[in-house]
Amino acid sequence: MWWIVGFVVLLIKVAVVLGVLFGFAAGMVLVERKLLGRLQIRYGPNRVGPFGLLQPVADGLKLLLKEDIVPKGADRIIFFFAPAVVALVPLLIAAVVPFSSDLKIGETRIPVLIADLNVGLLFFLAVASLSVYGVALGGWASNSKYSMLGSVRGAAQLISYELSLGLSLVPVVMLAGSFSLVDIVNAQAEYPFILVQPVSFLIFFISSMAESNRLPFDLPEAENELIGGFHTEYSGMRFALYFLGEYISMVVLGALVAVFFLGGWRGPVLPPLAWFLIKTMITPVFFIWTRATLPRVRYDQLMQLGWKILLPLCLVNIIATGGIALLVRS
Amino acid sequence: MTALRMVFYLLAILIVASTAMAITRKNLVHAVLYLVQSFFATAALFYLLGAPVLAALEIIIYAGAIMVLFLFIIMTLIGGYTGSRNHRQWIFPSLLGLASIVSAGVLLFSSPASETGLIAATASPASFGRYLFDKYWLPIEIVSLLLFVALVGALYLGTHKGKSVAQIEVEQ
Repeated sequence: MWWIVGFVVLLIKVAVVLGVLFGFAAGMVLVERKLLGRLQIRYGPNRVGPFGLLQPVADGLKLLLKEDIVPKGADRIIFFFAPAVVALVPLLIAAVVPFSSDLKIGETRIPVLIADLNVGLLFFLAVASLSVYGVALGGWASNSKYSMLGSVRGAAQLISYELSLGLSLVPVVMLAGSFSLVDIVNAQAEYPFILVQPVSFLIFFISSMAESNRLPFDLPEAENELIGGFHTEYSGMRFALYFLGEYISMVVLGALVAVFFLGGWRGPVLPPLAWFLIKTMITPVFFIWTRATLPRVRYDQLMQLGWKILLPLCLVNIIATGGIALLVRS
Repeated sequence: MTALRMVFYLLAILIVASTAMAITRKNLVHAVLYLVQSFFATAALFYLLGAPVLAALEIIIYAGAIMVLFLFIIMTLIGGYTGSRNHRQWIFPSLLGLASIVSAGVLLFSSPASETGLIAATASPASFGRYLFDKYWLPIEIVSLLLFVALVGALYLGTHKGKSVAQIEVEQ
Protein backbone atom coordinates (compact mmCIF):
# COMPACT_ATOMS: atom_id res chain seq x y z
CA MET A 1 0.00 0.00 0.00
CA TRP A 2 2.68 2.49 1.06
CA TRP A 3 4.68 2.05 -2.07
CA ILE A 4 1.72 3.35 -4.11
CA VAL A 5 1.69 6.56 -2.04
CA GLY A 6 5.46 6.87 -2.50
CA PHE A 7 5.07 6.36 -6.23
CA VAL A 8 2.35 9.03 -6.50
CA VAL A 9 4.48 11.49 -4.50
CA LEU A 10 7.42 10.76 -6.82
CA LEU A 11 5.26 11.34 -9.91
CA ILE A 12 4.04 14.66 -8.49
CA LYS A 13 7.63 15.72 -7.79
CA VAL A 14 8.73 14.81 -11.33
CA ALA A 15 5.79 16.71 -12.83
CA VAL A 16 6.47 19.81 -10.74
CA VAL A 17 10.20 19.82 -11.54
CA LEU A 18 9.53 19.33 -15.26
CA GLY A 19 6.91 22.08 -15.35
CA VAL A 20 9.03 24.54 -13.41
CA LEU A 21 12.12 23.84 -15.54
CA PHE A 22 10.25 24.31 -18.84
CA GLY A 23 8.68 27.47 -17.47
CA PHE A 24 12.08 28.76 -16.41
CA ALA A 25 13.61 27.92 -19.78
CA ALA A 26 10.91 29.93 -21.57
CA GLY A 27 11.36 32.75 -19.08
CA MET A 28 15.15 32.67 -19.54
CA VAL A 29 14.75 33.31 -23.27
CA LEU A 30 12.84 36.50 -22.51
CA VAL A 31 15.22 37.51 -19.69
CA GLU A 32 18.19 36.99 -22.00
CA ARG A 33 16.72 39.05 -24.83
CA LYS A 34 15.62 41.86 -22.49
CA LEU A 35 18.92 41.95 -20.62
CA LEU A 36 20.98 41.76 -23.83
CA GLY A 37 18.92 44.64 -25.21
CA ARG A 38 19.61 46.77 -22.15
CA LEU A 39 23.30 45.91 -22.16
CA GLN A 40 23.51 46.93 -25.82
CA ILE A 41 21.52 50.16 -25.18
CA ARG A 42 18.31 49.11 -26.96
CA TYR A 43 14.89 47.97 -25.74
CA GLY A 44 14.71 44.27 -26.58
CA PRO A 45 11.33 42.63 -27.34
CA ASN A 46 8.46 44.93 -26.26
CA ARG A 47 5.65 44.37 -28.78
CA VAL A 48 4.01 41.05 -27.80
CA GLY A 49 1.87 41.60 -24.70
CA PRO A 50 2.68 44.06 -21.92
CA PHE A 51 6.48 44.78 -21.84
CA GLY A 52 6.94 41.94 -24.35
CA LEU A 53 6.10 39.37 -21.65
CA LEU A 54 4.29 37.07 -24.09
CA GLN A 55 7.31 36.85 -26.41
CA PRO A 56 8.23 33.26 -25.33
CA VAL A 57 4.67 32.10 -26.15
CA ALA A 58 4.86 33.69 -29.59
CA ASP A 59 8.31 32.17 -30.20
CA GLY A 60 7.11 28.74 -29.13
CA LEU A 61 4.06 28.87 -31.38
CA LYS A 62 6.15 30.04 -34.31
CA LEU A 63 8.64 27.18 -33.88
CA LEU A 64 5.87 24.59 -33.51
CA LEU A 65 4.19 25.69 -36.73
CA LYS A 66 7.36 25.80 -38.83
CA GLU A 67 8.11 23.09 -41.37
CA ASP A 68 10.30 20.25 -40.13
CA ILE A 69 12.97 19.90 -42.81
CA VAL A 70 15.24 16.84 -43.12
CA PRO A 71 18.18 17.39 -45.50
CA LYS A 72 18.79 14.96 -48.36
CA GLY A 73 21.27 12.25 -47.44
CA ALA A 74 20.76 12.75 -43.72
CA ASP A 75 20.95 9.80 -41.36
CA ARG A 76 17.26 10.08 -40.47
CA ILE A 77 17.08 8.21 -37.17
CA ILE A 78 20.14 9.87 -35.66
CA PHE A 79 19.03 13.23 -37.07
CA PHE A 80 15.67 12.82 -35.28
CA PHE A 81 17.04 11.76 -31.92
CA ALA A 82 20.13 13.96 -31.51
CA PRO A 83 18.24 17.12 -30.38
CA ALA A 84 16.35 15.07 -27.79
CA VAL A 85 19.66 14.07 -26.15
CA VAL A 86 20.60 17.72 -25.65
CA ALA A 87 17.22 18.51 -24.06
CA LEU A 88 17.14 15.32 -21.99
CA VAL A 89 20.52 15.70 -20.29
CA PRO A 90 19.77 18.78 -18.12
CA LEU A 91 16.35 17.37 -17.21
CA LEU A 92 17.99 14.17 -15.95
CA ILE A 93 20.56 16.14 -13.95
CA ALA A 94 17.74 18.04 -12.24
CA ALA A 95 16.67 14.72 -10.68
CA VAL A 96 19.48 14.80 -8.09
CA VAL A 97 19.32 18.50 -7.17
CA PRO A 98 17.90 19.20 -3.68
CA PHE A 99 15.65 22.24 -4.03
CA SER A 100 14.76 22.91 -0.42
CA SER A 101 14.85 21.51 3.11
CA ASP A 102 12.59 18.56 3.89
CA LEU A 103 8.87 19.24 3.61
CA LYS A 104 7.07 18.34 6.86
CA ILE A 105 3.49 17.08 6.69
CA GLY A 106 2.54 16.04 10.22
CA GLU A 107 5.03 13.32 11.22
CA THR A 108 6.35 12.43 7.78
CA ARG A 109 9.22 14.28 6.14
CA ILE A 110 9.24 14.49 2.36
CA PRO A 111 12.62 15.36 0.84
CA VAL A 112 12.23 18.06 -1.82
CA LEU A 113 14.23 16.30 -4.52
CA ILE A 114 13.50 13.47 -6.90
CA ALA A 115 16.33 11.08 -6.00
CA ASP A 116 19.03 11.31 -3.34
CA LEU A 117 21.66 9.08 -4.95
CA ASN A 118 24.76 8.30 -2.91
CA VAL A 119 26.66 8.86 -6.16
CA GLY A 120 24.67 11.99 -7.08
CA LEU A 121 27.69 14.04 -8.13
CA LEU A 122 29.03 11.21 -10.27
CA PHE A 123 25.55 10.85 -11.78
CA PHE A 124 25.69 14.52 -12.75
CA LEU A 125 29.10 14.09 -14.39
CA ALA A 126 28.04 10.88 -16.15
CA VAL A 127 24.87 12.39 -17.60
CA ALA A 128 26.57 15.69 -18.47
CA SER A 129 29.23 13.80 -20.42
CA LEU A 130 26.50 12.50 -22.74
CA SER A 131 25.35 15.90 -24.04
CA VAL A 132 28.30 15.82 -26.44
CA TYR A 133 26.50 13.07 -28.39
CA GLY A 134 23.63 15.43 -29.17
CA VAL A 135 26.03 18.01 -30.59
CA ALA A 136 28.38 15.62 -32.38
CA LEU A 137 25.77 13.27 -33.88
CA GLY A 138 23.31 16.02 -34.81
CA GLY A 139 25.94 17.69 -36.95
CA TRP A 140 27.22 14.44 -38.42
CA ALA A 141 23.73 13.17 -39.31
CA SER A 142 22.84 16.43 -41.10
CA ASN A 143 25.16 15.56 -43.99
CA SER A 144 26.33 19.17 -44.29
CA LYS A 145 29.83 20.62 -44.15
CA TYR A 146 29.00 23.45 -41.77
CA SER A 147 27.21 21.10 -39.39
CA MET A 148 30.08 18.62 -39.54
CA LEU A 149 32.68 21.29 -38.73
CA GLY A 150 30.51 22.49 -35.86
CA SER A 151 30.15 19.03 -34.38
CA VAL A 152 33.86 18.21 -34.65
CA ARG A 153 34.58 21.43 -32.79
CA GLY A 154 31.84 20.67 -30.30
CA ALA A 155 33.18 17.18 -29.56
CA ALA A 156 36.71 18.51 -28.95
CA GLN A 157 35.51 21.40 -26.81
CA LEU A 158 33.09 19.46 -24.64
CA ILE A 159 35.54 16.66 -23.97
CA SER A 160 38.30 19.14 -23.03
CA TYR A 161 36.20 21.09 -20.57
CA GLU A 162 34.54 18.03 -19.06
CA LEU A 163 37.87 17.21 -17.42
CA SER A 164 38.17 20.49 -15.55
CA LEU A 165 34.43 20.41 -14.79
CA GLY A 166 34.86 17.07 -13.04
CA LEU A 167 38.18 17.81 -11.36
CA SER A 168 36.99 21.18 -10.01
CA LEU A 169 34.39 19.29 -7.99
CA VAL A 170 36.91 16.94 -6.34
CA PRO A 171 37.78 19.50 -3.59
CA VAL A 172 34.05 19.94 -2.90
CA VAL A 173 33.73 16.17 -2.43
CA MET A 174 36.82 16.19 -0.19
CA LEU A 175 35.29 18.90 2.02
CA ALA A 176 31.84 17.33 2.17
CA GLY A 177 33.10 13.72 2.38
CA SER A 178 30.26 12.52 0.15
CA PHE A 179 29.05 12.33 -3.45
CA SER A 180 25.44 12.93 -2.39
CA LEU A 181 24.18 16.43 -3.22
CA VAL A 182 22.08 16.45 -0.04
CA ASP A 183 25.18 15.79 2.07
CA ILE A 184 27.09 18.49 0.18
CA VAL A 185 24.39 21.06 1.05
CA ASN A 186 24.36 19.86 4.66
CA ALA A 187 28.15 20.20 4.86
CA GLN A 188 27.76 23.91 4.08
CA ALA A 189 25.65 24.60 7.17
CA GLU A 190 28.29 26.94 8.64
CA TYR A 191 29.77 28.57 5.55
CA PRO A 192 29.29 28.13 1.78
CA PHE A 193 32.17 26.41 -0.03
CA ILE A 194 32.81 29.42 -2.27
CA LEU A 195 34.64 31.03 0.70
CA VAL A 196 37.14 28.16 1.04
CA GLN A 197 37.21 27.06 -2.63
CA PRO A 198 37.18 30.23 -4.76
CA VAL A 199 39.51 28.65 -7.34
CA SER A 200 37.28 25.60 -7.73
CA PHE A 201 34.26 27.86 -8.07
CA LEU A 202 35.92 29.88 -10.83
CA ILE A 203 37.02 26.76 -12.75
CA PHE A 204 33.59 25.16 -12.44
CA PHE A 205 31.94 28.37 -13.58
CA ILE A 206 34.15 28.78 -16.67
CA SER A 207 33.91 25.09 -17.57
CA SER A 208 30.15 25.03 -17.25
CA MET A 209 29.99 28.07 -19.53
CA ALA A 210 32.01 26.10 -22.09
CA GLU A 211 29.91 22.96 -21.55
CA SER A 212 26.71 24.81 -22.35
CA ASN A 213 28.19 26.24 -25.59
CA ARG A 214 27.65 29.83 -24.51
CA LEU A 215 29.59 32.84 -25.70
CA PRO A 216 32.57 33.34 -25.39
CA PHE A 217 32.81 29.56 -25.96
CA ASP A 218 30.18 29.10 -28.69
CA LEU A 219 32.61 27.87 -31.36
CA PRO A 220 30.47 24.82 -32.28
CA GLU A 221 27.73 27.17 -33.51
CA ALA A 222 29.81 30.24 -34.44
CA GLU A 223 27.24 32.09 -36.57
CA ASN A 224 29.57 34.25 -38.64
CA GLU A 225 31.80 31.40 -39.82
CA LEU A 226 29.67 28.23 -39.61
CA ILE A 227 26.14 29.65 -40.25
CA GLY A 228 24.76 27.84 -37.22
CA GLY A 229 27.34 25.09 -36.63
CA PHE A 230 25.92 21.74 -35.61
CA HIS A 231 22.28 22.90 -35.81
CA THR A 232 22.51 24.61 -39.24
CA GLU A 233 20.18 22.08 -40.89
CA TYR A 234 17.62 21.89 -38.09
CA SER A 235 14.32 23.69 -38.28
CA GLY A 236 11.05 23.96 -36.41
CA MET A 237 10.60 21.99 -33.22
CA ARG A 238 13.86 20.04 -33.55
CA PHE A 239 15.81 23.30 -33.57
CA ALA A 240 13.68 24.40 -30.62
CA LEU A 241 14.77 21.29 -28.70
CA TYR A 242 18.44 22.32 -29.05
CA PHE A 243 17.48 25.79 -27.97
CA LEU A 244 15.41 24.53 -25.04
CA GLY A 245 18.23 22.22 -23.97
CA GLU A 246 20.66 25.14 -23.83
CA TYR A 247 18.36 27.24 -21.65
CA ILE A 248 17.37 24.41 -19.32
CA SER A 249 21.03 23.52 -18.90
CA MET A 250 21.76 27.16 -17.98
CA VAL A 251 19.16 27.00 -15.22
CA VAL A 252 20.30 23.55 -14.04
CA LEU A 253 23.96 24.59 -14.00
CA GLY A 254 22.88 27.61 -11.95
CA ALA A 255 21.19 25.25 -9.51
CA LEU A 256 24.34 23.09 -9.34
CA VAL A 257 26.58 26.12 -8.70
CA ALA A 258 24.18 27.00 -5.87
CA VAL A 259 24.38 23.46 -4.46
CA PHE A 260 28.13 23.00 -4.75
CA PHE A 261 29.43 26.44 -3.84
CA LEU A 262 26.72 28.79 -2.55
CA GLY A 263 25.24 26.59 0.18
CA GLY A 264 22.15 25.35 -1.66
CA TRP A 265 18.86 26.35 -0.03
CA ARG A 266 20.54 27.60 3.17
CA GLY A 267 20.17 31.27 4.07
CA PRO A 268 18.75 33.60 6.73
CA VAL A 269 15.22 35.12 7.00
CA LEU A 270 13.77 34.06 3.61
CA PRO A 271 12.30 30.54 3.15
CA PRO A 272 14.72 27.90 1.77
CA LEU A 273 13.04 27.65 -1.64
CA ALA A 274 13.31 31.44 -2.15
CA TRP A 275 17.04 31.32 -1.33
CA PHE A 276 17.50 28.47 -3.75
CA LEU A 277 15.76 30.33 -6.57
CA ILE A 278 17.81 33.50 -5.95
CA LYS A 279 21.09 31.55 -5.92
CA THR A 280 20.08 29.58 -9.00
CA MET A 281 19.41 32.72 -11.02
CA ILE A 282 22.83 34.25 -10.28
CA THR A 283 24.65 31.98 -12.75
CA PRO A 284 22.34 32.42 -15.80
CA VAL A 285 22.31 36.21 -15.36
CA PHE A 286 26.10 36.14 -15.21
CA PHE A 287 26.19 33.98 -18.36
CA ILE A 288 24.04 36.53 -20.22
CA TRP A 289 26.17 39.41 -18.94
CA THR A 290 29.32 37.63 -20.15
CA ARG A 291 27.72 37.03 -23.55
CA ALA A 292 27.03 40.75 -23.93
CA THR A 293 30.55 41.70 -22.81
CA LEU A 294 33.11 39.26 -24.23
CA PRO A 295 33.85 38.40 -27.88
CA ARG A 296 34.25 34.75 -28.95
CA VAL A 297 37.63 33.18 -28.14
CA ARG A 298 39.81 31.77 -30.92
CA TYR A 299 40.03 27.97 -31.20
CA ASP A 300 43.66 27.75 -30.02
CA GLN A 301 42.86 30.09 -27.12
CA LEU A 302 40.00 27.80 -26.13
CA MET A 303 42.26 24.74 -26.07
CA GLN A 304 45.08 26.60 -24.28
CA LEU A 305 42.71 27.83 -21.59
CA GLY A 306 41.25 24.37 -21.06
CA TRP A 307 44.37 22.21 -21.13
CA LYS A 308 47.20 24.52 -20.04
CA ILE A 309 45.51 26.77 -17.47
CA LEU A 310 42.31 25.27 -16.02
CA LEU A 311 43.43 21.63 -15.87
CA PRO A 312 46.79 22.21 -14.07
CA LEU A 313 45.05 24.68 -11.76
CA CYS A 314 42.51 21.97 -10.87
CA LEU A 315 45.24 19.47 -10.03
CA VAL A 316 47.20 21.96 -7.88
CA ASN A 317 43.97 22.91 -6.13
CA ILE A 318 43.18 19.26 -5.33
CA ILE A 319 46.65 18.67 -3.86
CA ALA A 320 46.50 21.90 -1.85
CA THR A 321 43.03 21.08 -0.51
CA GLY A 322 44.19 17.60 0.47
CA GLY A 323 47.25 18.96 2.27
CA ILE A 324 45.30 21.59 4.19
CA ALA A 325 42.56 19.09 5.08
CA LEU A 326 45.22 16.71 6.48
CA LEU A 327 46.80 19.53 8.53
CA VAL A 328 43.46 20.72 9.93
CA ARG A 329 42.23 17.23 10.84
CA SER A 330 45.50 16.15 12.49
CA MET B 1 13.04 -16.71 -11.05
CA THR B 2 13.46 -13.58 -8.97
CA ALA B 3 13.11 -10.06 -10.37
CA LEU B 4 16.84 -9.51 -9.84
CA ARG B 5 17.66 -12.50 -12.04
CA MET B 6 15.23 -11.43 -14.72
CA VAL B 7 16.78 -7.96 -14.96
CA PHE B 8 20.23 -9.56 -15.00
CA TYR B 9 19.43 -11.79 -17.97
CA LEU B 10 17.67 -8.92 -19.76
CA LEU B 11 20.78 -6.75 -19.39
CA ALA B 12 23.06 -9.62 -20.40
CA ILE B 13 21.08 -10.15 -23.61
CA LEU B 14 21.14 -6.42 -24.30
CA ILE B 15 24.92 -6.25 -23.81
CA VAL B 16 25.64 -9.24 -26.05
CA ALA B 17 23.19 -8.13 -28.74
CA SER B 18 24.40 -4.52 -28.91
CA THR B 19 28.06 -5.56 -28.90
CA ALA B 20 27.32 -8.02 -31.73
CA MET B 21 25.62 -5.20 -33.66
CA ALA B 22 28.62 -2.96 -32.98
CA ILE B 23 31.16 -5.35 -34.52
CA THR B 24 29.05 -6.11 -37.59
CA ARG B 25 28.06 -2.56 -38.66
CA LYS B 26 29.65 -1.11 -41.80
CA ASN B 27 28.77 2.43 -40.77
CA LEU B 28 31.34 3.26 -38.09
CA VAL B 29 29.21 5.90 -36.37
CA HIS B 30 26.42 3.35 -35.95
CA ALA B 31 28.97 0.89 -34.56
CA VAL B 32 30.07 3.47 -31.99
CA LEU B 33 26.46 4.09 -30.97
CA TYR B 34 25.79 0.38 -30.47
CA LEU B 35 28.94 0.14 -28.36
CA VAL B 36 27.75 3.11 -26.26
CA GLN B 37 24.47 1.25 -25.74
CA SER B 38 26.41 -1.79 -24.61
CA PHE B 39 28.35 0.35 -22.10
CA PHE B 40 25.07 1.72 -20.77
CA ALA B 41 23.75 -1.78 -20.22
CA THR B 42 27.05 -2.72 -18.54
CA ALA B 43 26.70 0.28 -16.22
CA ALA B 44 23.18 -0.84 -15.36
CA LEU B 45 24.56 -4.32 -14.65
CA PHE B 46 27.16 -2.85 -12.26
CA TYR B 47 24.40 -0.91 -10.53
CA LEU B 48 22.32 -4.07 -10.25
CA LEU B 49 25.26 -5.93 -8.70
CA GLY B 50 25.61 -3.21 -6.05
CA ALA B 51 28.44 -1.06 -7.41
CA PRO B 52 27.00 2.40 -8.12
CA VAL B 53 30.45 4.02 -8.27
CA LEU B 54 31.61 1.61 -10.96
CA ALA B 55 28.36 2.18 -12.88
CA ALA B 56 28.91 5.96 -12.87
CA LEU B 57 32.58 5.61 -13.82
CA GLU B 58 31.70 3.24 -16.66
CA ILE B 59 29.49 5.92 -18.20
CA ILE B 60 31.82 8.86 -17.45
CA ILE B 61 34.95 7.19 -18.82
CA TYR B 62 33.77 4.77 -21.51
CA ALA B 63 30.50 6.20 -22.85
CA GLY B 64 31.30 9.84 -22.11
CA ALA B 65 34.99 10.14 -22.96
CA ILE B 66 36.53 7.22 -24.86
CA MET B 67 33.64 6.71 -27.27
CA VAL B 68 33.48 10.44 -27.93
CA LEU B 69 37.15 10.32 -28.87
CA PHE B 70 36.35 7.42 -31.24
CA LEU B 71 33.56 9.47 -32.75
CA PHE B 72 35.84 12.49 -33.04
CA ILE B 73 38.49 10.49 -34.89
CA ILE B 74 35.93 8.82 -37.17
CA MET B 75 34.40 12.17 -38.04
CA THR B 76 37.70 13.96 -38.69
CA LEU B 77 39.56 11.17 -40.51
CA ILE B 78 37.19 8.71 -42.14
CA GLY B 79 33.79 10.37 -42.37
CA GLY B 80 31.82 7.40 -41.11
CA TYR B 81 31.83 4.73 -43.84
CA THR B 82 34.23 1.92 -44.57
CA GLY B 83 34.30 -0.07 -47.79
CA SER B 84 33.48 -3.75 -48.10
CA ARG B 85 34.97 -5.94 -45.43
CA ASN B 86 37.55 -8.61 -45.89
CA HIS B 87 36.03 -11.90 -44.70
CA ARG B 88 39.36 -13.40 -43.71
CA GLN B 89 39.67 -10.86 -40.91
CA TRP B 90 36.89 -12.72 -39.08
CA ILE B 91 38.95 -15.88 -38.53
CA PHE B 92 41.30 -14.77 -35.76
CA PRO B 93 38.69 -12.80 -33.71
CA SER B 94 36.22 -15.68 -33.85
CA LEU B 95 38.91 -18.12 -32.64
CA LEU B 96 39.66 -15.77 -29.73
CA GLY B 97 35.94 -15.43 -28.99
CA LEU B 98 35.46 -19.19 -29.01
CA ALA B 99 38.41 -19.66 -26.65
CA SER B 100 36.99 -17.14 -24.17
CA ILE B 101 33.50 -18.69 -24.30
CA VAL B 102 34.97 -22.16 -23.65
CA SER B 103 37.14 -20.97 -20.76
CA ALA B 104 34.21 -19.05 -19.24
CA GLY B 105 32.06 -22.18 -19.49
CA VAL B 106 34.73 -24.31 -17.81
CA LEU B 107 35.10 -21.76 -15.01
CA LEU B 108 31.33 -21.53 -14.57
CA PHE B 109 30.73 -25.28 -14.31
CA SER B 110 33.83 -26.17 -12.28
CA SER B 111 33.27 -23.57 -9.56
CA PRO B 112 30.84 -24.43 -6.72
CA ALA B 113 30.02 -20.69 -6.29
CA SER B 114 28.16 -20.68 -9.59
CA GLU B 115 25.21 -22.43 -7.92
CA THR B 116 24.41 -19.57 -5.56
CA GLY B 117 21.95 -16.96 -6.75
CA LEU B 118 22.37 -13.21 -6.97
CA ILE B 119 22.13 -11.32 -3.68
CA ALA B 120 21.03 -7.70 -3.58
CA ALA B 121 23.79 -5.71 -1.85
CA THR B 122 25.34 -2.31 -2.32
CA ALA B 123 28.78 -0.93 -1.63
CA SER B 124 28.57 2.74 -0.63
CA PRO B 125 31.14 4.99 -2.36
CA ALA B 126 32.97 5.60 0.93
CA SER B 127 33.34 1.92 1.87
CA PHE B 128 34.29 1.04 -1.72
CA GLY B 129 37.07 3.65 -1.67
CA ARG B 130 38.33 2.59 1.74
CA TYR B 131 38.45 -1.07 0.72
CA LEU B 132 40.24 -0.27 -2.54
CA PHE B 133 42.90 1.98 -1.08
CA ASP B 134 43.42 -0.17 2.03
CA LYS B 135 44.03 -3.45 0.26
CA TYR B 136 45.03 -2.61 -3.27
CA TRP B 137 47.02 0.63 -3.01
CA LEU B 138 50.09 -0.85 -4.69
CA PRO B 139 48.33 -2.07 -7.88
CA ILE B 140 46.58 1.31 -8.11
CA GLU B 141 49.89 3.14 -7.90
CA ILE B 142 51.40 0.83 -10.54
CA VAL B 143 48.45 1.38 -12.88
CA SER B 144 48.62 5.14 -12.43
CA LEU B 145 52.37 5.06 -13.15
CA LEU B 146 51.66 3.10 -16.35
CA LEU B 147 49.05 5.65 -17.38
CA PHE B 148 51.49 8.44 -16.62
CA VAL B 149 54.11 6.82 -18.86
CA ALA B 150 51.51 6.53 -21.63
CA LEU B 151 50.66 10.20 -21.15
CA VAL B 152 54.28 11.28 -21.44
CA GLY B 153 54.66 9.08 -24.53
CA ALA B 154 51.60 10.63 -26.16
CA LEU B 155 52.91 14.09 -25.36
CA TYR B 156 56.28 13.25 -26.93
CA LEU B 157 54.66 11.88 -30.08
CA GLY B 158 52.31 14.86 -30.25
CA THR B 159 55.09 17.40 -30.09
CA HIS B 160 57.01 15.62 -32.86
CA LYS B 161 60.38 14.97 -31.21
CA GLY B 162 60.24 17.92 -28.89
CA LYS B 163 59.09 20.45 -31.47
CA SER B 164 55.64 21.95 -31.37
CA VAL B 165 53.39 21.84 -34.45
CA ALA B 166 53.79 25.60 -34.87
CA GLN B 167 57.61 25.26 -34.96
CA ILE B 168 57.41 22.54 -37.62
CA GLU B 169 55.14 24.70 -39.76
CA VAL B 170 57.57 27.60 -39.47
CA GLU B 171 60.47 25.36 -40.54
CA GLN B 172 58.58 24.11 -43.58
